[in-house]
Amino acid sequence: MISDNTPFDVAIVGAGVSGASIARRLSRYRLRIAILEREADVSFGVSKANSGIVHGGFHHASGFLKTRLEIEGAGMFDQLQRELGFPFRRCGILVAALHPDEMRAVEHLYSQGLANGAPGIELCSRERMLALEPKLSGETVGGLYAPSGGIVEPYRYVFSLIESAKKNGAVLETGFGVSTASRVSDARSGETVWKIDSSDGRSVRARWAINAAGLRADEVSRAFGAEDFEISPRKDEYFLLDKLAEGRPSRVVFPVPSSVSKGMLVIPTVEGTTLIGPTADPVPDKDDFSTTSRRLADIVASARGLVPSVSERDVITSFAGLRPALGEDFFIASSSVAPRLIQVAGIQSPGLTASPAVAEYVKDLLLRDGLELSENPSYDPIVRAPVQARTLSPEDLAELVAKDPRYGNVVCRCEGISEAEIVEAIAHGHATLDGVKFYTRAQMGRCQGGFCTHRIIGIIMRETGLSYDMITKRGGQSAVLEDEL
Amino acid sequence: MTYDALIVGAGAAGMAAALSLAGRGHSCAIVDREGFMGGILPQCIHSGFGLHLFGEELTGPEFAARLETEVALAGIPTFLNTTVLSIERPDPARGSDDPRGSDTRGAFRALLSSSIDGVRRVECRSVVLAMGSRERNRGNIRIAGDRPAGIFTAGLAQRLINVDGYLPGKRAVIIGSGDIGLIMARRLSLSGAKVEAVVEIARYPSGLARNIAQCLDDFGIPLYLSHATLRIVGKDRVTGVEVAPLVNGAPNVDRAFTIPCDTVLLSVGLIPENELSSRMGVPLNPATNGASVDSRLMTAVPGVFACGNALHIHDLVDRVVGEATRAGSFCADWLERSRGKTAGERGSGGQVLGEISVRAGKNVRYTVPSSLDRARAQTLSTRSMVPMDHGNFCLRDGESVVFEKKLSWVRPGEMIFAEIPEGALGALRTDAALEASIDPEETA
Repeated sequence: MISDNTPFDVAIVGAGVSGASIARRLSRYRLRIAILEREADVSFGVSKANSGIVHGGFHHASGFLKTRLEIEGAGMFDQLQRELGFPFRRCGILVAALHPDEMRAVEHLYSQGLANGAPGIELCSRERMLALEPKLSGETVGGLYAPSGGIVEPYRYVFSLIESAKKNGAVLETGFGVSTASRVSDARSGETVWKIDSSDGRSVRARWAINAAGLRADEVSRAFGAEDFEISPRKDEYFLLDKLAEGRPSRVVFPVPSSVSKGMLVIPTVEGTTLIGPTADPVPDKDDFSTTSRRLADIVASARGLVPSVSERDVITSFAGLRPALGEDFFIASSSVAPRLIQVAGIQSPGLTASPAVAEYVKDLLLRDGLELSENPSYDPIVRAPVQARTLSPEDLAELVAKDPRYGNVVCRCEGISEAEIVEAIAHGHATLDGVKFYTRAQMGRCQGGFCTHRIIGIIMRETGLSYDMITKRGGQSAVLEDEL
Repeated sequence: MTYDALIVGAGAAGMAAALSLAGRGHSCAIVDREGFMGGILPQCIHSGFGLHLFGEELTGPEFAARLETEVALAGIPTFLNTTVLSIERPDPARGSDDPRGSDTRGAFRALLSSSIDGVRRVECRSVVLAMGSRERNRGNIRIAGDRPAGIFTAGLAQRLINVDGYLPGKRAVIIGSGDIGLIMARRLSLSGAKVEAVVEIARYPSGLARNIAQCLDDFGIPLYLSHATLRIVGKDRVTGVEVAPLVNGAPNVDRAFTIPCDTVLLSVGLIPENELSSRMGVPLNPATNGASVDSRLMTAVPGVFACGNALHIHDLVDRVVGEATRAGSFCADWLERSRGKTAGERGSGGQVLGEISVRAGKNVRYTVPSSLDRARAQTLSTRSMVPMDHGNFCLRDGESVVFEKKLSWVRPGEMIFAEIPEGALGALRTDAALEASIDPEETA
């Protein structure tokens, strides 16, 4: 596709939650869409490591663009889940005040939520809070309840968006790190279009470009000769607790927020584990995903304050994510410097929640700026969610295994992931160890790949024909095996 | 399919338990996820196995082959490449002290999944849990730093090298001094990789002394005791490990240093595999992470026995076989007793009446079993929390000593056995509570 002479209508730089949502939204029209991702797989940047929350619409003051998009986006998740089948549940969000002094801030959040139009928001007594979540600390004096808030597996959400966009004609190029972009004349149409170059020599031409490059939106903007701004990475560190952990609440539990962040939360993930965190520390390096022992101790202490049964003994892994901070609000606008470039930058929290509305907003900007949008009559919104052996009844599983025996071979014992599911991940292009992990959950459980990594390596080699030295953790230089005996 | 006993795990423990049951004429079947018998043994290609049991030094595959041959000769069915999805007790009264409990037929129903045989149910009267253990990982011990490729648990690295034929790295640092880590230090060295160091946070190594000598000293590999791993460094692939000496229990960061490497192996302990046990409602012992068992190695679920590393972590496979043989024999006793027995013959919940509880006291990490029978000779397994050259193992009922045993060369990495003779506990009251302790002794 990439060598085709006809320029794409739209090139989207970045296959995180924003880029994927925009690609999927635009794939409803008769457009040729290219998605350009720097990493080896989609969702491997900001969107991979975050709290995975569909927010309740009360954390931000009205007047911000992000507040409006948060409310709009949150309301769109039910239909998206019906169409795309990613793990999502409206379990509700609680903000717990542990001291009477904190109730003033809770009341402020409540009135903010009311002003924003947050659905069903409720100011709660201590008794109501403890009834809603019996695992809350006995110190709880009251709080806030946002029943529409929920949890989502962010990478699975992005994977399904990309799959949907691809199904409707979008083209994905991974390992495409934008180095330069220039205006060139298209010989056939005479139109001036963008020529976008990758550092590995590939290049893509497109009539319109969208900068949804997350942590690198500043660099991409400069590559297009557009606005000069600076993305400041902010590091979020998390602990993941075992599925059997006592400290798993049934709803998302927030502390009362500080002036700089929403605080450290206790999150019951859709898949049954519990996430605690994050911290929020500015860091200079956009590649710094390291965890620090000092901050991890803070997380446990903070989580225990909210849910006392959270225990260090249940930790199965820790990780860090980076937020692409840029001022107080999202920066979503047509570039005022470069022609036919839409900036989608500074998409930190609540970017995941807002993503469907961000896509809508960008579509409107394109329309306003003159991109002709005509409905694609063959548009199919449905993506079949992968079959998961672990969720089937014994009878259904027996029937499935009879048809495809690979569903009977349990490769990842901790999460109950079958060989067939891993083969499907690879067939969808997720052929790194992390790609398989995020698509299937294999290696994500309590042994963290100790038992199944060698099996998955074998399956990837068999399915792709890659040799052992081509097997990577997440692409690039992250080779897993160094030599053959 | 119906069996007297279903054995979960085809490692040394599962095979030994099966042989013991089959020897007593009970039908049993062994299930394992892997495509081969022997559990972890086939990837342990080094020697040192079998000295106690066979009186000769065998490699892991050789040791496994001996048991496998016996299993085949005994005609014990084995279901390989098969995962036990669940084991249910359709009627919890069966096998319990309920009057209907004397009939244990169909007491358990296991759901098995395999790509060859599909999804099947198997009924059995008893279960032996012999699933072995898993390795503690980076998250469990919370090592901070980057998350690059090149970090492996020692057992995974062993599998990759010895079974799959790939070298995971060329310049390694091993965190933790568990036996698999020490064995892998030697294996990597012999495979052309350089092992820069073994880093252990404790004051003493956690692996066997003979492995320190044969796997580190013989290869000139430095062992840093009392050193904490501060972080792992590397964006795509590991580039180094930052460590610091412990001073008064805390890392002294002023004396931190980085050891360059491309690979990190973790050998920081094993955890009994007990997801299946927990799902069956078997209570675990928090000190071992294995099932809590009585003197017959039976869990609190009547008819469910546990042995080997699924029960508690062993130092030598010979001892796993010894324990599993006993578990098989206790299971056989139970099957024979429950056939046509009267309800009064067993105590509540299937646990033997009159067992005396044992508590871990001074310097004792845990005891297996958690209770002892007053009437029989039996073996108590334990581990010391501290090293000592000479010590005295002691079982006390309040102030009075009911059993003691002199110990020498006590190390946390090595198991201690107390063979309690028949009659030693006979005089105790039924409500007695024993405490096990190990006291250091001065040498003359």
